[in-house]
Amino acid sequence: MGWTPDQPLIRMRDVHKTFGALTILNGISLDVMKGEVICIIGPSGAGKSTLLRCINALVPIDRGSILVAGQEVHDAKLDKLALRRKVGMVFQQYNLFPHRTALDNIMMAPIHVLKRDRAEVDARARALMRKVRLDGKEDFYPGQLSGGQQQRVAIARSLAMQPEAMLFDEVTGALDPETVKEVLLTIRELAEEGMTCVIVTHEMGFAREVADQIYFTDRGVVIEHGPPVEFFTQCRDERTRQFLSQIL
Amino acid sequence: MIATGRTDLAVLNPFRPGAASSVPTAPSLNIRHGAILLAALMVATGISEAQAGPSERSIIATLIKWTPLLGQGFALNIAMSFLAMAIGTAFGVPLGLGQISLLSPVRASSWFVTQVFRNSPWLVLLFYCMLLLPFEVRIGNSFVSVPGWAKATFGLALPVMANVSELVRGAVQSIPAGQWEASEALVFTRWQTLRMVILPQCVKRMTPPWMNLYAILTVATPLTSVVGVSEAMTLTGDILSSEGRPELLVPMYLYLLLWFFIYCYPIALATVALERRFQVR
Repeated sequence: MGWTPDQPLIRMRDVHKTFGALTILNGISLDVMKGEVICIIGPSGAGKSTLLRCINALVPIDRGSILVAGQEVHDAKLDKLALRRKVGMVFQQYNLFPHRTALDNIMMAPIHVLKRDRAEVDARARALMRKVRLDGKEDFYPGQLSGGQQQRVAIARSLAMQPEAMLFDEVTGALDPETVKEVLLTIRELAEEGMTCVIVTHEMGFAREVADQIYFTDRGVVIEHGPPVEFFTQCRDERTRQFLSQIL
Repeated sequence: MIATGRTDLAVLNPFRPGAASSVPTAPSLNIRHGAILLAALMVATGISEAQAGPSERSIIATLIKWTPLLGQGFALNIAMSFLAMAIGTAFGVPLGLGQISLLSPVRASSWFVTQVFRNSPWLVLLFYCMLLLPFEVRIGNSFVSVPGWAKATFGLALPVMANVSELVRGAVQSIPAGQWEASEALVFTRWQTLRMVILPQCVKRMTPPWMNLYAILTVATPLTSVVGVSEAMTLTGDILSSEGRPELLVPMYLYLLLWFFIYCYPIALATVALERRFQVR
């Protein structure tokens, strides 16, 4: 509806969000084109997670506008469920359903929300398990899988809804260093296939390799952004420089 | 220099993985307690036997003689406990869900009903039900009398309902918020989330306290003797007055106590076992 691929798939303008007296987002603007990968970095408490949650309407905003595929996200008339179908989300704590097997976790939403045929969903879920290199673990419960494996199931679960964009909220934040790699590999493959990704991360090396654009946020505003090479070598702002010197 | 001697400060002590188990735990019910109870019955019987005149029937024989009648009464206790638990659960689960409703009038009224029945003495609720419920109901043209035990069962079901309501509310709220968030991101509706994600996880958490509540309810059924239901407690009184032998008093009530113990003891064991199993996960 009015959206063409030459326009940003996700377009945020001057987004404000406060929780009580606490200002989380203080005028965020950003554009994500279809097929683009952007990484959002910044100190903790900069509002990165809230920013992601605003994009799929898990958190309502106070002011500003967020368009996803040309549709205003925070329009009261908008069908939130239809929006969320377009945008998948993966969380730091995986949030798999512990009482269901890995395969069931992936199949539940397509069957009950999209009302797809069970056999078709089953075949696609198994294909997704292969894609995240977890074939053979279909009947395992989340508690029997490592953190990295659970996170890959969570990615597959989100992909099963066939979203147009994926949001990753510090998905390696709770993982052991050894398992971080396998999760990042999965995300990189997705990015290479042309999935639109918005990634909040503290993995600078990964951000540098995979991102088309890097956004640095602090205290609810975008301090600066740019392609990774430029961003890491010639950032202009003092705060960005300070942050990078602490992390690199 | 760090003191290496004995210290009360936990941070100064080396970390021991098994240290948590040194925390004293409440003693759990086990077979020893049953044995002690049985021994008490034997001793009481022996003393009473000694007090009894030689011409009278022995205490043991008297207990055995009344066992079938006592069993009938006890069967009514169990029936009432089953029914009250079923009714209480059937109403308590929706009431508990009402307590987490998004509609504030539903939430407030569910909370109010829960608090009223959870914080009232069971005996008072029993009396209310005995006095307020009709002794007969009209179905079509005929009158069907409502037996006392049915009214009493309803009276017991009220506090059970309120307690189940709190169990449901507590279990739902103990599920991490991430489960709700993930379900929302997967486009489940609130009802789908409850039905497919939240409640299945609650069942596991709720089972041990629910069984515990059942055991409490079962041992509370003799309260109905006060309002005239002829269950095991009432019948014990009747038996004692018809025998007219004061030395029977202690063994008879101990005998009744043993019945309840034998019934509730396996439930307590199963509850503890389930709790332990669910803890590990």
